[in-house]
Amino acid sequence: MNQIPEIFRVVPINHFVILASILFSIGILGVLTRRNAIIIFMSIELMLNSVNLLFVAFSSYKSDPTGQVFVFFIMAIAAAEVAVGLAIIVMIYRRIRTTDVSILNNLKG
Amino acid sequence: MVVVSKNPIHSVLYLILTFFTLSGHYILLNAQFISIVNLIVYAGAIMVLFLFTIMFLNLKDDSFVGSRLLYHGGALLLVLTFAGILVVKLGGAQIDVAPEASFNSQIGMVENLGMTLFNKFLVPFELVSVLFLSAMVGGVMLGRKEKGERNF
Repeated sequence: MNQIPEIFRVVPINHFVILASILFSIGILGVLTRRNAIIIFMSIELMLNSVNLLFVAFSSYKSDPTGQVFVFFIMAIAAAEVAVGLAIIVMIYRRIRTTDVSILNNLKG
Repeated sequence: MVVVSKNPIHSVLYLILTFFTLSGHYILLNAQFISIVNLIVYAGAIMVLFLFTIMFLNLKDDSFVGSRLLYHGGALLLVLTFAGILVVKLGGAQIDVAPEASFNSQIGMVENLGMTLFNKFLVPFELVSVLFLSAMVGGVMLGRKEKGERNF
């Protein structure tokens, strides 16, 4: 029961770190290049998920449940954030009939 | 695929695919509970919310390769540099794994996670419930029908 599973010996944790880095970078690329606010939101979800993957990987390799509980909190906060964010996007769409962020420049300080 | 597809609905579907693969990784990593929660919360709830919003708003395609080629190229260069640095520096790092003696393979089960969540993280758990309440109120506030004729 307390045997280390095969995968933890075969696959080093560095591979998960690399995968999470690549996912995070794709998320950054999405935020930087896309102009549709909803797709920017989805890219943010992608970044959150790469961090989740990293948390779970370290938690499993180090045999510590704290990381997985943290993933739980991140998921909860992401759900709340998406609910409010999408509501804001719907409001913006009602006002100006688009979700293109390059048109949203009338909030000048 | 999430980033480069022109149609937002394709983006959402690719993102769901990504979440499924991530759930597979979680199962591989011996974190079964997180895997199932990931499927239910992300692929189930959040993505359906996205899909609904996109279909609701009836968005047109926006172009990926457009007039701002210089800007996109700069962003790509920046991100590639960032990814390269992360992969090279972190990919070669020495990270030690938990020793065999203290290793517990049941760590991802509901029992262990619940014990941690409700003992060590009880206060954050309650705070998350307050956050959810405020998010719910905020969502209803923002999403309710406006006064007058202009509701879609």
